[in-house]
Amino acid sequence: MHEHGRLPIWFFIGVLLTAYGVLILGAGLYGLSHPANVVLDELHIGIWWGILLLLVGLFYVLRFYPRKQ
Amino acid sequence: MHFPIALLLLQASKQLVSLSPVDIVIIALYFLMVLGIGFYLKNYTKTGEDFFMAGRDMSSWIAGLSFVAANLGALELMGWAGSAYQYGILAAHWYWIGAIPAMLFLAIVMMPFYYISKTHSVPGYLKLRFGESSRLLAAISFGFMTVLMSGVNMFSMAKVMQIVLGWDLNFSIWVSSLTVAGYVFFGGLLSAIFNEVLQFFLIWLGALVITILGLYEAGGWSGVVHRIHERWPNGDYTHMWAGLGSFTGNPMGINWVGIVMGLGFVISFGYWTTDFLVVQRVLAAKDLRSAKMAPIIGAAFKMAVPLIVILPGLLGLAVLPDKLVAESAQAANPGLHTYNDVLPLMLARYCGPGLLGLGITALIAGFMSGMAGNVSAFATVWTYDIYRAVIKKDADDSHYVTMGKWCTVLGVLVSIGTAYLVMQSNSIMDYVQSLFSFFIAPLFGTVILGMLWKRATPAGGFWGLLIGTLSSVAMWLWVQQVPSALSIIALSSNAKPMAENMFRALWSWIICVAVTVGVSMVTQPKPEEELVNLVYGATDIPSEGDLAWFQKPAFWAILVAIVLVVLNIIFW
Repeated sequence: MHEHGRLPIWFFIGVLLTAYGVLILGAGLYGLSHPANVVLDELHIGIWWGILLLLVGLFYVLRFYPRKQ
Repeated sequence: MHFPIALLLLQASKQLVSLSPVDIVIIALYFLMVLGIGFYLKNYTKTGEDFFMAGRDMSSWIAGLSFVAANLGALELMGWAGSAYQYGILAAHWYWIGAIPAMLFLAIVMMPFYYISKTHSVPGYLKLRFGESSRLLAAISFGFMTVLMSGVNMFSMAKVMQIVLGWDLNFSIWVSSLTVAGYVFFGGLLSAIFNEVLQFFLIWLGALVITILGLYEAGGWSGVVHRIHERWPNGDYTHMWAGLGSFTGNPMGINWVGIVMGLGFVISFGYWTTDFLVVQRVLAAKDLRSAKMAPIIGAAFKMAVPLIVILPGLLGLAVLPDKLVAESAQAANPGLHTYNDVLPLMLARYCGPGLLGLGITALIAGFMSGMAGNVSAFATVWTYDIYRAVIKKDADDSHYVTMGKWCTVLGVLVSIGTAYLVMQSNSIMDYVQSLFSFFIAPLFGTVILGMLWKRATPAGGFWGLLIGTLSSVAMWLWVQQVPSALSIIALSSNAKPMAENMFRALWSWIICVAVTVGVSMVTQPKPEEELVNLVYGATDIPSEGDLAWFQKPAFWAILVAIVLVVLNIIFW
């Protein structure tokens, strides 16, 4: 998992997706009271996409978190 | 962090979308992450093998995703979405028959020779197989064209950011290119590959929203087809093969021979099997099985890319209220949007704050993955195939690593210079793009004969490559000077410019092969013991080990090929 002692790329991906998930979910929740001028805004895709990114990101972070052998 | 944010907020009034603060934070986080990865990896890139070949310890998944991401540039995303709007689903040929067979052929047939010869580059393979002159010809052409193409892409990307977001051209060019230079300088190919995998995720997650919401709005695929037929009754935008019986039966002005032989065989095989930009990623795999699996994994994802590129273009045809026009028509009426705007327009249509930042990050990530690919490949070819071969043959490893690092910076600076050159004259862009295409088809002829035919001689390889390339240049000049020559090259008076590229590639490949065979028959071949690990018939291909059937690369290659056939039948 941690070849030659370096962190795997999957861990970095997890960190970034987690951060993006939080931001996009937050923006989506804010959009409930401040609707954006986009088509299909009523679906609140930002909330769903934010949750998806958060789940994928957390999975990668936890799965590839650097642990001492 | 203050200066880019301040600059980002200085947006011009005439732009397609406006960013909110959360979008800017998302973009800024992306820049921080890619630079951070490069800085982190500098401790793991000490030797030449680390810097130029990523230590040759990449798994098949990392090498495969990097392989396909290096090709998935922002211009590719926007350009092919625009082509899908203009030509319909025909554009998907560039992702399916124009890529998948070649990627599978690379995996199963060619990869063993690249891998077990332990070459560090495609020109390096030519040195082993045909000698120094073929290597130098390939290396100089590749190095020169790579940085020029990188500059053209850089300018195009900056132009896109100006149109979409109102960003200043200089800002886009310098910030994005210096970021790429930074992370490749620190971590070499390892850093480029790591970031390409990250960028691959971002591109998909940023662009897939458009597809999902577009399909929802249009009522699924059948709804898309229905709407397109209703709105565009005179064009066939939803069939891949039905209109290719003649040059006049489809909007591209090309027939099935051009698509199958020109695109599907010569151009595709030339690019995917010999362009070092993509092959370098696979050479970094940790063992032969991984090296064979990497292009197969790449092919599976490549086959899915039309979901985020071609489908948004078709969705644009189905749902966008305004009709988009060609660049030439926009020049006469600047208020109109062009075909190439379709992806940003769809992004602006569906994506509110946050998702818009992710979508723009996907475009930036696409640009940077392509540029990092160019720069890292250039550094390797320059250092190993030109500098070490001709200028300084006996330096120690650390000297070449230092050279590679500064070559990265040099490559970026030349690219920036090219970008400014293109800014002065747009026609330079057309020339550079044409120049790149001259070399790929003949190079494929030379490499494939070298790998599969023991009788091919060093003289045959060199002269075939040289004359094949020159013939391509001559045909291009001929059509430039005498436009009617297109009908001779493409074998039809109804052929359009798109057909010229296909048929020119096909002819130059045939000429390369004919010259290589002809010269080889009258010159002395290498003794067979010098062809071990380089040529089919003189090489014992190492076993992949005791693998179950579902672990064998051939099984997955057949599966991908079957899916390819099924997709083409579905969208016939």
